[in-house]
Amino acid sequence: MPAPNGSNADPYDVAIIGAGVVGCAIARRFTLEGARVALIEKAADILDGASKANSAILHTAFDAPTDSLEHACIRDGYREYMDIHRQLGLPLERCGAHVVAWNEEEVAGLEGILHQAHDSGIEDVQIIDASVLRDREPSLSTTALAAISVPGECIIDPWSAPYVYLTQALENGAEVFCGHEVKSGQFDGETWQLETSKAHINCRSVINCAGLYGDRIDQNLLGASGFTITPRKGQFVVYDKAASGLIESVILPVPSARTKGIVVFRTVFGNLVVGPTAEDQQSRHDASTDEETLRMLMKSGETKLPDLKQIPVTAVYAGLRPASEFKDYQIENHTDKNWITVGGIRSTGLSSALGIAHYVYEKYAESGNKHACIKSPLIPQANRLAERASRDWESEQAGEIVCHCELVTRREVEQALSGPLGAKSLQGLKRQTRVTMGRCQGFYCSARLAELTADQFDLPLSEGINDE
Amino acid sequence: MMSSQADREIDVLVIGGGPAGLSAATRLKQLGIRHVLVLDREPVAGGIPRHCGHPPFGMREFKRVMTGPSYAAKLIDTALKAGVEIRTSTTVTALKPGGHLLIADHHGVSELSAKRIIYATGVRETPRSARLIPGSRPGGILNTGALQSMVYLKQRRPFKLPVIIGSELVSFSAIQTCRHAGIKVQAMIEANPRITARRPVGLFAKLSGVPVYTDTHIIRVEGKNRVEALIVKTAGKDPLRIDCDGLIVSGKFTPESSLARCGHLEIDPATSGPRVDQFGRCSDPVYFAAGNILRPVETAGWSWKEGWQIAQFVADDLAGVATAHDTAIHVFSHDALIQYVMPQLISSPDSKPGFDHLQLRFTGPAKGRLYALQNEKIIWSKTVNSLPERRIQIPVSSLRTNSHSAIELKFEPRVST
Repeated sequence: MPAPNGSNADPYDVAIIGAGVVGCAIARRFTLEGARVALIEKAADILDGASKANSAILHTAFDAPTDSLEHACIRDGYREYMDIHRQLGLPLERCGAHVVAWNEEEVAGLEGILHQAHDSGIEDVQIIDASVLRDREPSLSTTALAAISVPGECIIDPWSAPYVYLTQALENGAEVFCGHEVKSGQFDGETWQLETSKAHINCRSVINCAGLYGDRIDQNLLGASGFTITPRKGQFVVYDKAASGLIESVILPVPSARTKGIVVFRTVFGNLVVGPTAEDQQSRHDASTDEETLRMLMKSGETKLPDLKQIPVTAVYAGLRPASEFKDYQIENHTDKNWITVGGIRSTGLSSALGIAHYVYEKYAESGNKHACIKSPLIPQANRLAERASRDWESEQAGEIVCHCELVTRREVEQALSGPLGAKSLQGLKRQTRVTMGRCQGFYCSARLAELTADQFDLPLSEGINDE
Repeated sequence: MMSSQADREIDVLVIGGGPAGLSAATRLKQLGIRHVLVLDREPVAGGIPRHCGHPPFGMREFKRVMTGPSYAAKLIDTALKAGVEIRTSTTVTALKPGGHLLIADHHGVSELSAKRIIYATGVRETPRSARLIPGSRPGGILNTGALQSMVYLKQRRPFKLPVIIGSELVSFSAIQTCRHAGIKVQAMIEANPRITARRPVGLFAKLSGVPVYTDTHIIRVEGKNRVEALIVKTAGKDPLRIDCDGLIVSGKFTPESSLARCGHLEIDPATSGPRVDQFGRCSDPVYFAAGNILRPVETAGWSWKEGWQIAQFVADDLAGVATAHDTAIHVFSHDALIQYVMPQLISSPDSKPGFDHLQLRFTGPAKGRLYALQNEKIIWSKTVNSLPERRIQIPVSSLRTNSHSAIELKFEPRVST
């Protein structure tokens, strides 16, 4: 069995289990603080669990309970994203959100949301009447009665953000081990020896960011878990880019206790999305879609935005949120075991990841761990995939365009296939480049992609007809 | 932004170098139009026939039976010989009012303008996602077009034991492609009670040993990284699990009209293509449309013929002898059984003829009588007995009255006694 840092080699300061958005943000934070980091991911590509499908919104936390850890982490994560997105080349559209009341009961609920937002220190949130709402969102159904305006809500790129967090960690000394499933581990009072499906990895501390499998990792390696994951499935419908002109802001419903409800939102890639549902289930990997639910989502979207009826569906997807029996995040510092569990990050992980990373580093430092932070860290640039960014195909040396719907160049594909985070699956390549994610879903470019990715993927897209 | 003097002098710019676009361009040169430029985003022009490695193509145009690739090569050769300029690896990214285009090629973004534009970007199949096919979303799910370009252009195969969804003409073309590539089709699934393609083609499936399940809907796709099985249910029977390693999602064509949809041209919701009059003219009169962008889906030969006709209208328009744009009569239908009608506008009675016929299709089997009404009066009617995906034609001359009021198409099913 190959040993990345063999049993005699210097252990890593920290091994992070799980390369979702939270794991990537923690890898970045710990690296910048001076720790030697290993990030371990069981899938071939990063962001393959809960982080592969979400609503790509950077939340202000206007509706999170003010005394919760979730609230604190979202606020802090939001602040840091605002600070760093320009230097890392990450997109941000400050489009704002409207919590729209569609009946009198919901109108009555707006006051409570307003007070909670103000209590959170988000002062620019206000109630607007139907006519102001109509001025701002003229395509919205005229049955809207009133709304809460939340100017600070933003849309971002849900994949380029964690990619660049991790890239920054890697460029400043961290290491990533994809395709390594953590099977077991031994702690001798000072050092953990983790056994993955491919190697031993030694480290002083472990941070469990295993998302949908967070409770299982705690059970297997610590002997018990303080929470149980009950995956919550969310299905989404993505409409053609022609729909993105129909709204400017994120259209939120008045939320229930369990879920934020069905949202209508634009993406930075220029699509319009309706979703998610909130379906509790036992399976931790079954993110299947069903026609009845998708039609319900379409109907919900078309009721709020009648012009959607004329616009074709581009894609559908579903994601699993790692919800637990607790409403709040479950971040636990097992100081006797040099182990921090980061669990139950149910739906706001993209917004809070940078904040969680700060919080977890504080806990880690409180346990007596000290490093000298990197003075001038290397600053990588994220892939420029947002519709309103300047894209590679627009540059003078663009070269071949491979995917015509999303205008992805051959150069972008080849870059995404190389380096320490080189895509090992079509899913990974999609997240890094957007190939095949447009309206034709690969009708035009699958053949060229099969050719360009030959010998690159663990499960190849194709084989030569004459190869035997 | 480049906008040189030479580019300003383009007379007709054709977007899309498939059968309709190349035919229109060739005909325009024959009619004496000076500078005709075809743009195609693929490295080689020719359109869909390039990757249909089997006959029959070319009977209408070249009076012989050809394979798709040799037909595409012949179209290009004919266009070049006629003096058409073809620029490949060039993507049109936006249409602007008045005939101005944004384009992208290997050197970035630039602008092109022409006196007239012919929009001929063809059709594609509807993908799995937009059909809301339930289940997991593993790899190995492709449209026929993607399969065929993999097999015929790249000599690669994406799977070995797929199931075909759909039973249109293209679905049977997929069987041929699979046989060519050593792929064994496990089954063909059709939601309707009978196959959509015409009878002789259906027999071909039987002869190929492919089990055909009609009246059968998909319960779910199974598989994590790759397709592992398809669970289907035939009416009146228990659910059936078909083990397979891929899905060919075939047919349900839709015009590739995203440039119009995201731009300024009006879209006809029924065809999903641009709204046109009987000259193929769009809502911006500098733009014309030809071939399968007009409606889903006709053969390459039919699209070629439309390109030829549209070229004549465009030449007339450039010469200033075409009909004015503002006198057209709307043709519409609210009938659930009528899938679409094209063109959606016909010009006033005293104009030149344009297309000889309106084309329409039914969404399902239709037995009964089709009526055209104007001012609540029947101006034309015909008995029809049609299956879905069959072309129905109405002679434009039969709709010529002295009124400018809109014409409504209605279908009355025959009541069985």
